[in-house]
Amino acid sequence: MEPHYQHLYDILAHSQGYIFPNEIDLQWGILIVVYPFITGLVAGAFILASLERVFKVKILKPTYQIALLTALSFLLVATMPLISHLSQPQRAYEIMITPHSSSAMAIFGFVYLWYLAVVLLLEIWFDYRHSMVVWSNEKKGIMKWVYKILTLGINDISPRTVQWDRKLGHIITIVGIPSAFILHGYVGFIFGSLKANPWWSSPLIPIIFLFSAMVSGIALVMLVYMIVSFFRKKVVDLNVLDTIGKYLFFILILDFTLESLDQIHRIYEAEESFEIIKLLVSGKLYLTLFVAQGLIGTIIPLITLVFLQFYKHKIKLQKTMYFIVSILVLIGVYSMRWNVVIGGQLFSKSFSGFTSFKVGLIGLDGTLMAAFWLLLPIGILTFLLWLLPPWKMVKEED
Amino acid sequence: MKFYIPPQLPRLALAFAIFISLFLVARHFLVPDTFGEYGHYRGASLIDNAKPELHYAGQQACFKCHQDIEDKKAQDVHSDIHCETCHGPGLKHVVSSKAADILKPSGREFCGSCHIINAGKQKSTINQIDLNKHNVGKNCTECHNPHQPWEMKK
Amino acid sequence: MSQSTSTMGNEKIKSSRRKFLKTAVTLAGATIGYTWLKSSKVLLFAAEPKDESLPYYGIVIDIQKCIGCGNCAKACKKENDVPVEPFFFRTWVEQYTVKNDGKVNIVSPNGGIDGFTQTVPDEDIFKSFFVPKMCNHCSKSPCTQVCPVGATYESPEGVVLIDEKYCIGCRYCVQACPYGCRFIHPVKKVANKCTLCYHRLKKGLAPACMETCPTGARMYGNLRDKKSDLVKFLKEHTTQVLRPNLNTGAKLYYNALSSEVR
Repeated sequence: MEPHYQHLYDILAHSQGYIFPNEIDLQWGILIVVYPFITGLVAGAFILASLERVFKVKILKPTYQIALLTALSFLLVATMPLISHLSQPQRAYEIMITPHSSSAMAIFGFVYLWYLAVVLLLEIWFDYRHSMVVWSNEKKGIMKWVYKILTLGINDISPRTVQWDRKLGHIITIVGIPSAFILHGYVGFIFGSLKANPWWSSPLIPIIFLFSAMVSGIALVMLVYMIVSFFRKKVVDLNVLDTIGKYLFFILILDFTLESLDQIHRIYEAEESFEIIKLLVSGKLYLTLFVAQGLIGTIIPLITLVFLQFYKHKIKLQKTMYFIVSILVLIGVYSMRWNVVIGGQLFSKSFSGFTSFKVGLIGLDGTLMAAFWLLLPIGILTFLLWLLPPWKMVKEED
Repeated sequence: MKFYIPPQLPRLALAFAIFISLFLVARHFLVPDTFGEYGHYRGASLIDNAKPELHYAGQQACFKCHQDIEDKKAQDVHSDIHCETCHGPGLKHVVSSKAADILKPSGREFCGSCHIINAGKQKSTINQIDLNKHNVGKNCTECHNPHQPWEMKK
Repeated sequence: MSQSTSTMGNEKIKSSRRKFLKTAVTLAGATIGYTWLKSSKVLLFAAEPKDESLPYYGIVIDIQKCIGCGNCAKACKKENDVPVEPFFFRTWVEQYTVKNDGKVNIVSPNGGIDGFTQTVPDEDIFKSFFVPKMCNHCSKSPCTQVCPVGATYESPEGVVLIDEKYCIGCRYCVQACPYGCRFIHPVKKVANKCTLCYHRLKKGLAPACMETCPTGARMYGNLRDKKSDLVKFLKEHTTQVLRPNLNTGAKLYYNALSSEVR
């Protein structure tokens, strides 16, 4: 116990102005920054995949399965930052058995299961079933059984059944789009509905979360597509990158507009909390808001994307630029989550002071844990791409 | 007319039905018995919250033995102050009757915790003194009886 | 021959399989139906009426009477086993010093437990006062609204309590309280806050903070009893709650609450 109090005494010494005595320690730390980042990636990657399916953007076909498998890898890990953040993680099941209907957080378990089982797993299953049946016949030994189990015993690959795979998958995708919105939107609502915190309380927050989620998911798929092609020693299709880049540009513009509207509205109304928030933004959040989220994460990528849309010369440099842009965007969206979650807790509810935040390295709530939850999906994705390689699937006629 | 049901659907429906049933059965065993009695919470928690040990006895418990002090206190300006305000938690002493189990406060700093002069205190509510000026070095109880402060000892 | 027996065999297998499926489905259906009926009471709780025979507690704090001695905060920690470190308070006292230049100084050293020392000279002070803070036991409590599992609730007596055996430590309630009343207990690792000394109320005793306040600045009572001292006070004085714009239904009424108080 003692070391933890020392950490609190340090924070107390660094607090400014007046904070309520209980507010000394931040309640939601880096893991709660990581969680919306992860679900945002899931929602965004899924929306990009839906573009190909539902809106028939054919050029994106090479990225369809990659987007789905990326979404699944991150979704499988999504619960973990939440559970490792709870101070009584062994009671986490209570949220499933006695969910409080007035609490936005309570729908987490059901929305998560719905999205995992009904949307993602089903869509991937419908898409891969035909190929899995073929692979179960081709492979020998344990892999034969793995694929057999994955097909759930439906071995019928007649054209009629395969067509039903496509139809049902299509329905799932359509259901999946609002489901993805709810999966990530409810996180934004958790913050946006909290009247006690003026940095969070706003109807715009769920929408801003959604748009920045789409931005991050699209950037991630672009990145994964380039990395996977590199490891497979295949040439990256520049048309794919240009199309993804175009969608990234438009959604980034919308995201930027919404964020700016939130701030302009706040500045104009200048209600009770404005003075302390002004101090927050110009002080403790300056680097993460203006530099990381604004300049690095939004302005530079926007300018680069415009440039790339108009000037399509120098192919080698173009791919590198897309690569860098997607990383910058991901940094920007991560900073946005940081600014919302951490920023909202740095100022006191007395509106008269600030506390400070130092992320611990070790411990269930530390940087190493957060980094682990962020890197684990990459491992899962590698495994999934090996188990269900998109480039070895049975070629279907459209 | 027979509708065509693609073979995927019954298998998937079965998988979901199994999962949902398992969940409902698990839920039946996991939800605490008293949950929902008064609202969306465990009814037995009201009993849990009434269980903690008391430390303060309340003034009436003191008067059972210390009638003389009750009478004295009632006549002077400290009449509305409950015993444990100065003497600390008294339940242990009520049970054991040992003097060691309750606080007998002393020292200028102690009386000063209320009476020290501060602009935030209303003068009509409490008499205030500057500890650095008022009879420095002397103990408050040399002149004032804490239970009858204006019955000066000199 | 073999064909007919195998067909017969298949028929037998089919009928026994059918019987098995029928029993399994019936059993499963019955269990599901029973669990659903049992749980529906949990889902439909909101219909329970409040028990009129129980008191409905309210609190009054008279700012004019508070002298900032800190006895309340000290007694609360002793009564409720709250850690003595200056980071966890079920109740605390703040001092507001409004200076002549308009600036407002707010302090709460160790929650006011060790008292206050005046640091601003008298000639610079416009006015100064002490404000004790505690849980407001809101009737439309935002902390209750956001708890995902039902580990915090408004008791039938109107006291907002925490179920320490059920809390999962998600900290949503701590974020939702606009008054900063809640904290996570460092040892028990669940949410914690002022319980209005519910364990004392149930025995007819006053909360520890009110028992040890020397000036009677803190009062509690039954809002339903029109003859109680509390209700009489509310009738005769102008009282306000903190953050009325947030519509929390706070039942802690302050007398002489000045506009500088947050």
